[in-house]
Amino acid sequence: MEPIVETKNLRVEFRAQNSGQARKVAVKDLNLSIRAGEVFGFLGPNGAGKTTTMNVLLGFVNATSGAAFLFGVDVREPIARQRIGYLPELTYYYKFLTAEELLRFYARIFGIPRAEADRRIEQLLKLVELDSARKRPIKTYSKGMQQRVGLAQALINNPDLLILDEPTSGLDPLGRMKVREIIQRLKNEGKTVFFSSHELGEVETVCDRVAIINQGELKVEGRVADLVEKHQANLEKIFLNIIGYQPQLSS
Amino acid sequence: MNTVLALTGVVIKEMYRRKDFYVLFVLTAVITLLMGSVSFFHDTRIVRYVKEIALLLIWVSALVIAVGTTARQIPAERENRTIFPLLAKPVTRAQVILGKFAGCWLACGLALIVFYLFFGVVSGSREHSWPLLNYFQAFWLQWVMLGIVVAFVLLGSVFFSAPSSNATISFVVVLGILLLGRYLNQVALQQPEPLRSIVYGLYFLIPHLEWYDVRDLIVYDQGLVGWLDCGLATLYAAVYAALLLFGAWLVFRRKALNL
Repeated sequence: MEPIVETKNLRVEFRAQNSGQARKVAVKDLNLSIRAGEVFGFLGPNGAGKTTTMNVLLGFVNATSGAAFLFGVDVREPIARQRIGYLPELTYYYKFLTAEELLRFYARIFGIPRAEADRRIEQLLKLVELDSARKRPIKTYSKGMQQRVGLAQALINNPDLLILDEPTSGLDPLGRMKVREIIQRLKNEGKTVFFSSHELGEVETVCDRVAIINQGELKVEGRVADLVEKHQANLEKIFLNIIGYQPQLSS
Repeated sequence: MNTVLALTGVVIKEMYRRKDFYVLFVLTAVITLLMGSVSFFHDTRIVRYVKEIALLLIWVSALVIAVGTTARQIPAERENRTIFPLLAKPVTRAQVILGKFAGCWLACGLALIVFYLFFGVVSGSREHSWPLLNYFQAFWLQWVMLGIVVAFVLLGSVFFSAPSSNATISFVVVLGILLLGRYLNQVALQQPEPLRSIVYGLYFLIPHLEWYDVRDLIVYDQGLVGWLDCGLATLYAAVYAALLLFGAWLVFRRKALNL
């Protein structure tokens, strides 16, 4: 079966800030393969290369070498993004629009017919519990509400692959639970979810497989249960061990 | 096409939800009505001055709307990071440029319709004549000219990340062309070589926005511009706008999205 997300020797380098410095390697020859229906956790400390990898997959950044594919289509082709939903870490939406207008705008981009768009908007606003605030401009929403609008827009095209960049960051426990429920529901529907997170407990709960990267290099990849059994530790300890964390304080 | 239209819709919504247009319209209306209510020495030709002032205000307001609205489009997308969820959809950067252009240009057209309706009502109520074709030509030529201005500012907005710098530079260039563009060939004749060739080159390079200014024909009740000339002016503007948009796309397609 063809992988839904695939990277082959993906390498991303950025120009140095100062002329004397070497180029910064953000991602080093990364090979990933995510199959249909998987919930895949992408872990790493800040600056490890998670967001850069996601940016390549979303077509925001071009790879220096190697290749990346979504549904077997090169990510440089806009059509590769027809069947994906993307939720950024922070809310980046047109704040002068209402939630309903924002969803209609994105539905139009996907070429969803009006009647179908109406039905999906109705359904999604109920799902993210913004039905009562649908006519209010987004600028009047709380942070949690804005994150929920983001989730709704990521689902407007009924995507087969969802790319979530730290979806629960900044949410209260209730909001986190809601996002987790939605990921679980999507998994039950057979959707593929690729998400980065710092919440290792959450990753352990919802993910089938995880990959841990550090300084742009893939350190480990595998099923959560297999990793826990192999290392005889929970995911947090495995993560800290892999990134080479040394506790500073002795008890 | 759906994508371009969707982006166009968002730009137009943004314009009518901001205060810029309303402020400029109210200012134009108040100044025009105040001027229209004054009677100097019972001069019946006073209406000409009112028309002249109203048309000047319409020109200035339309330029402010066009430059102000367009200058912030791409920088605001990058600064507010709305470009990320947008480009995560099946949207190309060329579609973003086209959608922004169409949105700003149509928004200018809508604003111009309101301004010219007001102008028609004010001048018609004083002169008791309705030269609708003349008004239509003046509106059309100004709108077409704004197409070049919008494309030019959009090109500037992929270079300058601060909308204020882009707006200021664009204003200076547009006003420079409007006020001095027509004299550049005469200036060139008075210069020694190689400055003469450079100024001549500039004369042929710049879009001659002043050709689209037919205010005097309306103020002095002169006839219509030939429709063929109107068509050619439209074609000229379309070519310039297309070239400027192509340039904007060439820069934007390689541009890093983060500021």
